[in-house]
Amino acid sequence: MLDAHNIHKSFGEGAILGGVSLQVRKGELVSIIGPSGCGKSTFLRCLNFLEIPDRGTINAMGVTIARDGGPWRRADEHVAHRLRTHVGMVFQNFNLFPHLSVLDNVLLAPRVVKGETGPTERDEAMALLEKVGLGRVAQRYPVSLSGGQQQRAAIARALAMRPEIMLYDEPTSALDPIVAEEVLGVMRKLDDEGMTQIVVTHDMRFAQVASDTIVYMDGGHIIESGPPETLCVDPADDRTRRFLRTVL
Amino acid sequence: MRRHLARFLTVPRWIMCAMVVLLAGGVMSQAAHADQPLRWAADASADVPFTFHDPNDQSRLTGFEYDLMQSLGEHLHKPLQFVQNDWDGLIPGLQRGLYEMVMCGIEITSEHAEGIDFSAPYYVTSERIVTRRNGPALTGLEALNGHAVGTIKATQAERILANHPQVQMRTYDEETNVFMDLVNGRTDAVLIDGPIAQYYGATNPDLQVVGQPIGTVSYGIAFAKGQNAALREQVNAALEVMKKDGSLHRILARWNLWTPQTAAWAEDTSTPTIEPVNWNDYVAALHGSSGWRAKTARYVSFLPLLAKGAVLTLLVSLCAMVLAVGLGLTLALLRLYGPAPLATLSSLYVEIVRGTPLLIQILLIFYGLPQCGLNLSPFVAGVLALGLNYAAYEAENYRAGLQSVARGQMEAALALNMTHVQSLRYVVVPQAFRLVMPVMTNDFISLLKDSSLVSVITLTELTQTYIRLSSTYFDYFGTGLMVGGAYLLLGLPFVRLARMAEKKLSQPHIRRR
Repeated sequence: MLDAHNIHKSFGEGAILGGVSLQVRKGELVSIIGPSGCGKSTFLRCLNFLEIPDRGTINAMGVTIARDGGPWRRADEHVAHRLRTHVGMVFQNFNLFPHLSVLDNVLLAPRVVKGETGPTERDEAMALLEKVGLGRVAQRYPVSLSGGQQQRAAIARALAMRPEIMLYDEPTSALDPIVAEEVLGVMRKLDDEGMTQIVVTHDMRFAQVASDTIVYMDGGHIIESGPPETLCVDPADDRTRRFLRTVL
Repeated sequence: MRRHLARFLTVPRWIMCAMVVLLAGGVMSQAAHADQPLRWAADASADVPFTFHDPNDQSRLTGFEYDLMQSLGEHLHKPLQFVQNDWDGLIPGLQRGLYEMVMCGIEITSEHAEGIDFSAPYYVTSERIVTRRNGPALTGLEALNGHAVGTIKATQAERILANHPQVQMRTYDEETNVFMDLVNGRTDAVLIDGPIAQYYGATNPDLQVVGQPIGTVSYGIAFAKGQNAALREQVNAALEVMKKDGSLHRILARWNLWTPQTAAWAEDTSTPTIEPVNWNDYVAALHGSSGWRAKTARYVSFLPLLAKGAVLTLLVSLCAMVLAVGLGLTLALLRLYGPAPLATLSSLYVEIVRGTPLLIQILLIFYGLPQCGLNLSPFVAGVLALGLNYAAYEAENYRAGLQSVARGQMEAALALNMTHVQSLRYVVVPQAFRLVMPVMTNDFISLLKDSSLVSVITLTELTQTYIRLSSTYFDYFGTGLMVGGAYLLLGLPFVRLARMAEKKLSQPHIRRR
């Protein structure tokens, strides 16, 4: 489904990722946890090439980009563009388009990218908004929504492109716990429907309850990974143990 | 001559030089054919009694030079075409071949003859002293010592005054200002060409023309340097005929400008009885225009002219703004997202265009480009110059606007599988536009007013209309209010339009591909 192999990334002198590899199976929900600055967000952003890895290979739904430290070329950008047709993304700060209504936020990409402009798309977009519980605010502007509503709208917007894989970059970090629950609920619903999801999160409770796999990152490396029942209860590495002790 | 010809022979000399050098390359002959009208130019905006708009009928041109030119056309058996041009543009227009002749009270001097070819003189006059009736009695040049005396820059009168160091000389660009200061007591006397002394001084009840005529001034028709020798010969021959057959005498006498000096120059001692009808008409028009009723009627009569000027101003500004917005956005996008060479080129364009005066750009595009084979109409040249200039400012606005759209917006669009271009077009640019809309409105209003600079390339827009009307009637206040109001009225709809656009851009509005 998604296979990242030996991803390296550095900004200037500082190495952020020192060879990260991760395989994700279809329908799996993977949570990536770790202390701030461990490279987990950078790694996630490398998966859809918002951040361009220096070296390493990424294969998503059969689209492969291999990097060997060379310059990023126009042809690479085309492949990355193809890869993104399979991968949706949700950001910590929502990044809704403030000049468009919620419904138009959802409709924009299908219109622009796929040229889908008919009434069917509108119905589908409304269905998506109903699904995340925003049917009644479809005509409102992002600025008038609560944080939780905005994040759910962002999920609906990403889903409108019918991705097979969803990436979440700290989706609930900007939200209070009660509002965050609305967003996590939507993600659990998607998990039940078989969506493949990778979540960078600080919410250990969610990671524990909802994940199939938890990945612990530190210092630009994956320290260990495994199902929550093993990793949270009996971690193999000291660093994981120390981290879990502080957050649990 | 009575005005600062020096300004286009000395101040922008580098432009002139550049043009003359370019000219040397290869000039197409502008010799007029028999069937083609003979084009001649003057600045009729404020030129009593040379060529000006009839105070009784603003759509009609009149003046002693205008009448002389008509007579000249008859003697040459050629139709004439008048071209209005701003004073500063008269000689460049001649070099560019916009017209064959300039007849605008240009004084024949050796300095002027370096830049242009002159016909034989068509009028000879002298300098006169004008004083206030209730001011000091100054009747001769020597009496001027120790007094403030006004005159026009770079004229015979200025040179005479420069030889009298005790005279406190004040020089001006416009005739009206010379006399305004005399009336207001800022100066005690004016030394100026005879016709101007008569039409501006003698017609004013507070002023009088005093003393004897001083020196000699000859006016000649200007031709482009080194061109049109054949036409010049024909004109000289026709002028000679006009002197002999009395038509010159008749016209000058009707304008009350036939003086003993003129008679001596023309070797014409006849004294036919010719009524100074044109002079009388002008004096009557001046006096008939003082009551409020006459003033109101006059202001109403200005309206069609102002409307005409306003339409041109608006048209030039709108077209220029469309160009500025399109090019400005392109420049900003190239600078921020384009490949390195184009980004450098874009910032270079902005720096150069922003760093040079608009007036010079207009002159260069209109008068300079034809030397490179690109001959643009005044309208196109004006729009191009204004548009290209404002594009530089707009580019910087858009750059600031684009940069202030949060980075996450672009990322979100890319993550939604849009291309860079689509992301810019549908997500970043609409938001940037909304941010810079108030600044753009500002710029447009500013452009509306800067468009007055296109008057140097023969376009009679609103400001040019103002100068013409106000100096014909010495009425700067009333006419100024009217023209100011016209600009305000032109600008207001755009302020409203911009507000509407700001609202509109915040609506769910995405155009289909």
